Amino acid sequence: MIENQLSWMMGGPALTGGVNSSTEVFAKACVRAGLFVFSNIEYHSNIMGRHISYRVRTSDAPIHSHVEHVDMLLSLDGETLFGTDDHQDYQRHGGHLHRVAPDGVVILDTHARIDVDAIDRGDIHVLALAYDDIVRQSVESLGVAYNARRHNVMRNMVPIGASCALLHFDVAHVLALVAEVLPARHQDMVEMNRGVLQLAAAQAREAYAKDQFYVTLRPRPQRRGQMFIKGVDAVGIAKVHAGCAFQTYYPIAPASDESVMLEKHQSEYPIVVLQAEDEIASMNMAVGAAHAGVRASTSTAGPGFSLMAEGIGFAAITEAPGPVVILWQRGGPSTGLPTRQSQQDLRFALQPAHGEFPHIVIAPGDAREAARMTHMAFNWGDRYQMPVVVLADKFIANSLVTLDDLGLDGLPVDRGELWTKEMNGAEPYRRHRVTESGISPRAIFGTPGGQFVTTSDEHTERGRIDEQVENRMAQMDKRMRKLELAAREIPQEWQFELVGPETADVTIVAWGSTRGPIVDALPVLQAEHGVTANYLQIRLLRPFPAERVADILARAACPLLIEDNYSGQLGLLVAEQTGVKLERQALKYDGRPFSQDEVVQAVLAQRTAGAGRLVLSHP
Amino acid sequence: MAVIDVAKPEEKLTARTFGVEDSHPDWCGGCGDFGILSAVKQALARLGRQPHEIAVISGIGCSGKLPHYIGTYGLHSLHGRALNVATGVKLANQNLEVLVAGGDGDGYGIGAGYFVNSGRRNLDIAYLVHNNGVYGLTKGQAAPTMRRGMQTKGMAEAAIQESVNPIGLAIASGYTFVARGYSMAQADLVDLIVQAIHHRGTALLDILQPCPIYNDLMTVDFFRGKDVGHQRVYKLADEGYDGRVHDPSNLDEIVARQQAAIAKSFEWGDYIPTGVLYQVDAPTYEDGLAQRQPQLETASLVDLTAPGHDITPLQDAYR
Repeated sequence: MIENQLSWMMGGPALTGGVNSSTEVFAKACVRAGLFVFSNIEYHSNIMGRHISYRVRTSDAPIHSHVEHVDMLLSLDGETLFGTDDHQDYQRHGGHLHRVAPDGVVILDTHARIDVDAIDRGDIHVLALAYDDIVRQSVESLGVAYNARRHNVMRNMVPIGASCALLHFDVAHVLALVAEVLPARHQDMVEMNRGVLQLAAAQAREAYAKDQFYVTLRPRPQRRGQMFIKGVDAVGIAKVHAGCAFQTYYPIAPASDESVMLEKHQSEYPIVVLQAEDEIASMNMAVGAAHAGVRASTSTAGPGFSLMAEGIGFAAITEAPGPVVILWQRGGPSTGLPTRQSQQDLRFALQPAHGEFPHIVIAPGDAREAARMTHMAFNWGDRYQMPVVVLADKFIANSLVTLDDLGLDGLPVDRGELWTKEMNGAEPYRRHRVTESGISPRAIFGTPGGQFVTTSDEHTERGRIDEQVENRMAQMDKRMRKLELAAREIPQEWQFELVGPETADVTIVAWGSTRGPIVDALPVLQAEHGVTANYLQIRLLRPFPAERVADILARAACPLLIEDNYSGQLGLLVAEQTGVKLERQALKYDGRPFSQDEVVQAVLAQRTAGAGRLVLSHP
Repeated sequence: MAVIDVAKPEEKLTARTFGVEDSHPDWCGGCGDFGILSAVKQALARLGRQPHEIAVISGIGCSGKLPHYIGTYGLHSLHGRALNVATGVKLANQNLEVLVAGGDGDGYGIGAGYFVNSGRRNLDIAYLVHNNGVYGLTKGQAAPTMRRGMQTKGMAEAAIQESVNPIGLAIASGYTFVARGYSMAQADLVDLIVQAIHHRGTALLDILQPCPIYNDLMTVDFFRGKDVGHQRVYKLADEGYDGRVHDPSNLDEIVARQQAAIAKSFEWGDYIPTGVLYQVDAPTYEDGLAQRQPQLETASLVDLTAPGHDITPLQDAYR
């Protein structure tokens, strides 16, 4: 019997299935019961009908990723099991049946026209329930006339109730969450849901009377009270915390959830969220607000970031304090895979506009890091007077993780060097004064006596257009010096982290959201395969901590690059910055995030094999 | 070099107050931009606001250099994006008087999307478009205001696409003040700029100006009407035209005034109307924000952008 180690998945059609809401209710119920939970979703760029699968993984120890297998597959339709071949020239996906572990269970609806014989898996259990009948029975038991259109929404609670029974997890945990998420006008449905959950649980118990499912969920009351949060929401909270007062955006997956979250809090906190006409407008509005003294930010995905290019160059040459740009990567190029994972935009983020200019690029590994780095990004924008890109992705944006808090308390606040009238003496204010550090104290628009003009043209210290050789070099040098200063000043914890022992059989080199599956894989490699691995997570991509990375790589016996892209972009950057070529690579560009198992597989395969490029995918 | 400083309260604000001594226009002799610069400084002197309370945001092109010659805060931004930058500046600090300047290519071409959407937003800003029909700084290509069939000496072929009607477009986009000026009619232009700034909401002032180097069609002589024997440019007020909506609660009146203004906007040829074509009092974007966030009735975001808000309730909502 396994306690609390569960890999669970629900699948069904978008919108009508209620996969999202019911999965999140179940996952949150596990969190409330004191378990560590990691939950991630796969969905199409579609409003209604296309397949969604939503995973929930629980544990008694912190977890940060999913595994390939599922112990329990809850289906709302046949597609969840078998996939679909509705596209004549290409099978769209193969369903999830093959993921079910031996002795695992598939819960399905007898009314969903599923060919049970086609399941063809003698090693798993099939629990078939009549979803609609259970809903009807529950509704009618309350003396309410059953109305399929109105009551159908509770179908998703049937497999949830059944899975609770098999896991010996009281449905009351789930019901408490149902009551919380149902709007006031639908509170009458709480009792109906109770009936559905209980009835489904009873039928599941009956069907399983002779067997015992191999996982149970046991509440851990001492760990109650953890947060359960997505990356987009964590970043939104960090922006409020950092005093960001102006957020612009243009709707785009998977970024807009962050702005929508902030929109909801506009009356409680002094932040204006402006939905602009496009990302060019978003970016340049934020630049204007930053010059006028506000901590300003925008948030987008790759296609929007493409449009922001010129504005980033503008912010850099005019030495705007920021803005902070959150880039939630998704699969490219072009519209690409709008709702799927990738780490394809690293090199683009490093050179997002024409010309040479300073900016900061930092990549968080998870929701908590994303929040903390967002806070720091505002400090760096203000201090170094340059745009800061926080390079996150869909996996961080949409995945739910358990956290004690976001770790924002106690982070420093730095608004950078501000100009005051006393600094002037008899001299006119020089907005771009050439200094040793490169930083020129900035005046905020509206400050008496600080009037300045600056321009996207090359300019003098006074911000006047100027094309003379000496001035050009002085201004280029002073702008670029700020980047050297940032490289010296930004504390090491924000630059990189070496997780695990100093020396190891394998040193994984990676950035961004692969952190979750990698840190989860390390103990598995040790315990199950006797392989010691450590993990160099590079956080600061610009300015790049070249010397320290080179040092660590020089000591690494077997470095292995892991990235969610085709060309190993961090590997290219490391080679450029340190001269070290990472010959062993495990890459994934199928639009899906690495799982813990894939990291294990990559390490094992690449440890014994010679140098080479391993491409992973588990359709 | 003189120190540009806050004018003493008792000191009378003049156009000189808004001048600068370390930067000189590099426009061509006879350029309409000189007239616009002069009018802007005179208008600012009439406003009574100190130089540090004003921000001039411009796009790219000859017109984009305007902020360099005015002693206020200024951002010489990107081609077509001046309205975006200005939106950020104004929302950050609502106490600032924000003037936006750009050319016709900047505003009606590359920035057309922002031109339309800024009208919808109706922030309290004034937008001055230097309209000379050509892209001067890149040597005379046709701007979006160049009419079909026209060919300046700088164009290899005559224009084969229709021109945009900026006045009509502005009204359709929701601008609440729409006017046209002429760079050589100084007194009237100063007056129009003052009105545009005083107007609560987004004001478009389309300013006709000659480009003596590249536009040999819209010359001073053309506007003067040398060929037709009378001034082409005339003042709408002189013929009794009134573009102002007197009762903003009366939708019929709004529609009627908009229709009249759009009809006038097509008048071009022997007579070219100038003055206020349309004006209405309507809620600004800032009004909407203040309704949502009462703090913004009196304060600006720049006063409120402070780190360290208590995020405990935000975090607890996810427990």
